[in-house]
Amino acid sequence: MAAEPVLAVDDLRVTIATRRGPARVVNGVSWAVAPGETLAVVGESGSGKSVSVLSLLGLVPRPPATVTGRATFQGQDLVALPEEALRKVRGPGIAMVFQDPMTSLNPVLTVGRQLTEGMEVHLGLDRRAATERAAELLDLVGIPSPRERLASYPHHLSGGMRQRVMIAVALSCEPAVLIADEATTALDVTIQAQIVELIAELQRELGMAVVWITHDLGVVAGIADRVAVMYAGRIVEEGAVDDLYADPRHPYTRGLLASLPVLGDRARGGEGRHPADLAVIPGLPPDPVHLPPGCPFHPRCPVRADERCATEEPPLRPVPGARGPAPHRVATFYDLPPEDRR
Amino acid sequence: MTRYLLRRVGQSVVVLFGVSVAVFSIIHLVPGDPVRLALGTRFDQRTYDALVARAGLDDPVLVQYVNWLGNALTGDLGVSFRSGRPVTELILERLPATLSLAFGAIVVALLIAVPLGLVSALRPRSAVDYVATFVSQAGISIPDFWLAIVAILVFSLTLGWLPSSGYVGLTEDPVEWARHLVLPAVVVGTVSGAVLTRFVRSSALEALGEDYTRTARAKGLPRRVVIGRHVLRNALVPVVTVTGIQLAYLLSGVVIVEVVFAWQGLGQLALQAVETRDYPLLQGAVLLFAVFFLVVNLVVDLLYAVVDPRISR
Repeated sequence: MAAEPVLAVDDLRVTIATRRGPARVVNGVSWAVAPGETLAVVGESGSGKSVSVLSLLGLVPRPPATVTGRATFQGQDLVALPEEALRKVRGPGIAMVFQDPMTSLNPVLTVGRQLTEGMEVHLGLDRRAATERAAELLDLVGIPSPRERLASYPHHLSGGMRQRVMIAVALSCEPAVLIADEATTALDVTIQAQIVELIAELQRELGMAVVWITHDLGVVAGIADRVAVMYAGRIVEEGAVDDLYADPRHPYTRGLLASLPVLGDRARGGEGRHPADLAVIPGLPPDPVHLPPGCPFHPRCPVRADERCATEEPPLRPVPGARGPAPHRVATFYDLPPEDRR
Repeated sequence: MTRYLLRRVGQSVVVLFGVSVAVFSIIHLVPGDPVRLALGTRFDQRTYDALVARAGLDDPVLVQYVNWLGNALTGDLGVSFRSGRPVTELILERLPATLSLAFGAIVVALLIAVPLGLVSALRPRSAVDYVATFVSQAGISIPDFWLAIVAILVFSLTLGWLPSSGYVGLTEDPVEWARHLVLPAVVVGTVSGAVLTRFVRSSALEALGEDYTRTARAKGLPRRVVIGRHVLRNALVPVVTVTGIQLAYLLSGVVIVEVVFAWQGLGQLALQAVETRDYPLLQGAVLLFAVFFLVVNLVVDLLYAVVDPRISR
């Protein structure tokens, strides 16, 4: 990445006190994103990807959570920032779109009110000016007859429309960074593609940085510049999207890619993958209260090519031949041979 | 919204009709001869027959019911056996006292429940929460007549701040009306408030955990806006229902507290009617209580549609 990062996360750790003991949910995550760039953070449920971004904005209650590390945004360390200063970052600095548009909008307030309130607080607009801009925003996110929609309640809208409203809310204060936390997971597949395309388009127009949090490598393949794969609160592999998809180096990343259905007809020589051929990674992610020693993936790992896998935590290191300031990196002790993908 | 309103009013009319049948039947099934009781020791057969005929008690039950219903619809609930005065008049006389106490108590209850429930929801398992839980548990457990007696003992007999009993009409003397209202309203309101606190706490706790609250915080809204506009508004939706039920209950008279404070309300009136087998009065009072419940429920449902836009369709 050439440009100076707008948000740089360094060795972020989140531990949540539970009745069973401390749950180490995020264990030393570092990434950075530059203006106009799209970073995808990919992982299964429970890999700590959501918690890591929520904790940046102070949206994970402390206590029971404790957050350490640094997150540099516009010269401020978000982790150390007091709540009142952090509140002013939320919205105009870093905005979020959440997973479930059915529950993320307030059912008893109109769409217009939910759009204007942030602008009144952060941009100092009066109600009339904010309403004017709210209509423009609804138009921007592709909602038909935006002016009438301002008086609608969320239950009047479909799921896809609600997610567009959520995006309009997130964009209302012109954030420098937009975080989309599983923003398409709850939507129909056709709507998913529309939302992904909409955010990509708005990003080109507004030049913001976008962080996509998703469990679905397929969703981000077309739009991400860089991908970081998370497992058990760690990044196990990261790199430019093309490098990572063309040459995945971590057994976990390979498992994730193998579990994706691919469109096409193999019988006619296409590159499709039959549903029956979809691979499954056996086992479950580890319990964050009882993380295994060594590489957190080793109990499920089909490779385990090094005896240290079960005892030492493999550091994230550049893959052989990787170059540049942000090279393709992987957290393994060994180098897997190039994958035989038919 | 208009269709919703019409449908709800229509439903209420049907229910009211059913209630009138039930009220009429139950009272006629209760053993005891009201005329005999009214005459007491001065019983003689001719007076008895005359009274029975005048009250229409010798008509077939169905005829009695139709007559009573027809009169009731025109506001005539009959004449009290006991006092010989129209039932409607007796009830209207007591109505202001009951309305004052019921609404006064509900205001007190909400003033206690909303802040207390909200504060304990905001800091669950904190000292404040435990104190609030204890207070509301105590409020539910302590009998209201005991609370009433203690309140009289402390605030009127010992401190002499407030009158111990009686009701003064609002139009007669607003200041005295308020002074007389404070103690009974606080006593009754404390009990209702204790119940309501629980509801406010649990529904606020639920709203705090909802995704839209996280969205509100993610927008960078100040905490008071997040709590006031997003959490509280949603939390109050179920509270409206419970408040309505409490209010309807209070409108049908809190007999014991009325007796302790010599509060001339509908509860005492209904109690006297039962004691003296004053059929017309009792029928009128019970019918009125049913109307209270229906009206309050109707208002609650309409209010519901206002606070929760998903309802009105």
